Amino acid sequence: MNTTTFSKTRIVSLAVLAVIFVVLAILPVITQGYTITLVTDILRYAILAVAWVLFSGPTGYMSLATAAFYGLGFYIAAIANGPLPFALAIIVAGIAAFVVALLIGGLTLRLKGVYFTIFTFAVVLLINNVVLEIERVVTSTRGRFVETETTQAAYWAMFLVAVLTIVVCVLIRRSRYGLALQSIGEYEEAARHSGINVVRTKVLIFAIGSVFMGMAGAIIATRRTYIDPGIAFNLNTSFLPVLMALFGGVSNLVGPVIGAAVFTYLADFLLSTFPDLFMLIFGVVLILAIVFMPNGIIGLAQQVWQKIRGGRRAPA
Amino acid sequence: MVALRDIIITGLLLGGIFALVSVGLSLQYGVARVLNVAHGEFIMVGAFVTFWLAGSGLNPMLTLVVTAPMMFVIGWVLHVGLFRRMMHQAPSLDIFEGTSMLATFGLLYVVQNLARIIWGSQTYQIVFLNRTVTSAQIPLNRLVGLGVVIVVGVGFYLFLSRTRMGKAIRASSQDPTTAGLMGVNINSVLALCFGLGLAMAGIAGTLISTLYPIQTSMGLQYTVIAIIVVVLGGLGSITGAMVGGVILGIVSQLVTYFYPTLTFIAYYAIFIVLLLARPKGIMGK
Amino acid sequence: MHLLEGEGVSRNFGGLAAVADVDFYVDEGEILGLIGPNGAGKTTLFNLISAALKPTRGTVTYEGKEITKLPPHKICRLGIARTFQTVKIFPHLPVVRNVMVGSLFGTGKHMSEAEASRKAEEALDFVSLTSLKNVPAGDLTLANQKRLEVARALATEPRLLMLDELMAGLTHTEIDEAMGDIAQIRSSGITVIMIEHVMHAIMNICDRIIVLDHGRKIADGTPAEIAVNQDVIECYLGQDADSDEDLDDDSDFGDEDHAES
Repeated sequence: MNTTTFSKTRIVSLAVLAVIFVVLAILPVITQGYTITLVTDILRYAILAVAWVLFSGPTGYMSLATAAFYGLGFYIAAIANGPLPFALAIIVAGIAAFVVALLIGGLTLRLKGVYFTIFTFAVVLLINNVVLEIERVVTSTRGRFVETETTQAAYWAMFLVAVLTIVVCVLIRRSRYGLALQSIGEYEEAARHSGINVVRTKVLIFAIGSVFMGMAGAIIATRRTYIDPGIAFNLNTSFLPVLMALFGGVSNLVGPVIGAAVFTYLADFLLSTFPDLFMLIFGVVLILAIVFMPNGIIGLAQQVWQKIRGGRRAPA
Repeated sequence: MVALRDIIITGLLLGGIFALVSVGLSLQYGVARVLNVAHGEFIMVGAFVTFWLAGSGLNPMLTLVVTAPMMFVIGWVLHVGLFRRMMHQAPSLDIFEGTSMLATFGLLYVVQNLARIIWGSQTYQIVFLNRTVTSAQIPLNRLVGLGVVIVVGVGFYLFLSRTRMGKAIRASSQDPTTAGLMGVNINSVLALCFGLGLAMAGIAGTLISTLYPIQTSMGLQYTVIAIIVVVLGGLGSITGAMVGGVILGIVSQLVTYFYPTLTFIAYYAIFIVLLLARPKGIMGK
Repeated sequence: MHLLEGEGVSRNFGGLAAVADVDFYVDEGEILGLIGPNGAGKTTLFNLISAALKPTRGTVTYEGKEITKLPPHKICRLGIARTFQTVKIFPHLPVVRNVMVGSLFGTGKHMSEAEASRKAEEALDFVSLTSLKNVPAGDLTLANQKRLEVARALATEPRLLMLDELMAGLTHTEIDEAMGDIAQIRSSGITVIMIEHVMHAIMNICDRIIVLDHGRKIADGTPAEIAVNQDVIECYLGQDADSDEDLDDDSDFGDEDHAES
């Protein structure tokens, strides 16, 4: 590897990142209204996609429980925001998601891949129905009212959580836990026999991812005056991050961010232009993305880059 | 007493429909290895096509002649056009199962929203044979539905066990590679099974439309039920799906009788308990 | 006290007894061979020791303590490492990271990343793979992948190393190199159990050999004793007692000797 080109690329990417960071940090100061809401949305999906890739990327266990943790955060914010300060409500949401994820993960991460996926799918539906039933029986209501926060407050909260998510996920990925998770994904039995406590590692990382999902849910909840289980525990919230991550590439943490940015922007555009056709187009895009881009955009970019550079290159 | 008999008959009918739906999914997953999350949407399409045709005066039961083949062809085309390609692309079977399932999520959105654009979100109802058989006080449409389910069920069972194609299907579900080596045209069998699976969804849809109200969002609940039954009966076992469907139908009727709003929660709870206790199911491989 | 000891170890699959009532032991510093026709239960026995499978009956004891109920990762950390019949490396990870998995997680003590990295490089050096350390493991030749698996196992600082058909698929030269490596491993203080079909290797380096057939232990002794043991000869060669020299045969692929199984 040519060291001068290596550090040049490093410096350039770091510079770009720094610029993006600063712009995002001061965004509510320099623009307003619609742009802020859009970027909040992008950040939200970036958080969900990155948190999803943290676990599901290396291991190949496709979790569809994202909506469950997100919705949990939603409801916690609905209950806690107001009585508790905003920041605390978000933290409580994260902790609650963690606990529930430990439970779900502990129960199901012993199951084979496809069963795990089906199970997480069922959990979302179950939670939806259970909360509906609880509301019907206990509070005789459907949904709740939420103490809202301003656009700016929500934006900065989302921004902070996004930074936190990315930093934590990158650190984990580079740490021994990241290596453990990768080896589990490559050959679980060999990982087990090399001294890795496979179940504990899976459950722990699965639960860490859920924290960010819960926090994102809590923040978005405060942007609505009214929520109900159908909104909180919507399966779209489980699928969209998966789609974004697949599109952007699951082999690193940049892919899901790119996927989230592109898709949220596109979705927003489609939603305003063709409100009726939006979901339909989404389905078509999903199918096309899976068939034609199994490695996602990053994979595609890497292939193109390799062809330009010529010859094989061992990925590190 | 009347209530019990009613529960049993409706339970059997519902069970038969569940079995039909689940066998369809089992064919798609057990043989073609596609966990079709959009299965319920095709049930919905069958129901709506029936509704549409019945609107022109056609006897709903006769629409089976249309819905079943139509769904079969759609299934065949889907497999050949989409899933076969994905199968060749995928580096391993596990990955194919994952990506194909995701693709069916896409199908779910496409089909459901196409239907919504065409038919809207309201609830519709076909009135068919609503009168009761006088002495027994059972709605005639239920008896007819039960009859159709039995005929289709027995017919399919005979197909699987007595015909050459049936044997090819059973062989392929156990060991596709060896089946291929033994001269079974695997590609055709997979497409056939996928088509058959969708055809069953279509038939179930027709039946359901004669018994219950329908709306374009009805698909998901049946998909969930089918997945539960398929896991209950054992992923990949077709007889397991039949048995599981009947059991779940009867159980659901019982639950509905005593505590209607708990029905869905009961489904999921059973499902989750089963997944944890015995993921292989009653007759799993 | 034996380093590893098994009593009445059995494992059934449905009605079939893959391993039936096997007693065995290994003493520290030994190289123990485990042989038998295909399907005799050798790999199953390894699986029972390393806890990839649970025994239906019987106990396994290591360093005097029972390990039968422990999960695989704990057994690894206690000091028992193994390789697999079908090589189970992490194909998309670079060679050195493959080995680091062993040194980071398998030693039973806390390792910093720097220490683990150093240990990994040592292990790679031992199997002569240092020049390939950044190559994705999946790109290696079979022989090198086997070396990699051994390096990963060694990186976990085992007291006992179990090798499952290390020499299958290797050329003459590679087999000789492997024999040298095994001897070196033993001299560094690690006890070895090896499943093999390559007869001349087993006969030359093992101190003791256990023979399994249809899940049962049918012989236990030195190579010299095993070579003339009637039961062993019969189980390998059917009823044909004329070909008893074949046990010392210089063949690469032991399967040729017992096509009947």
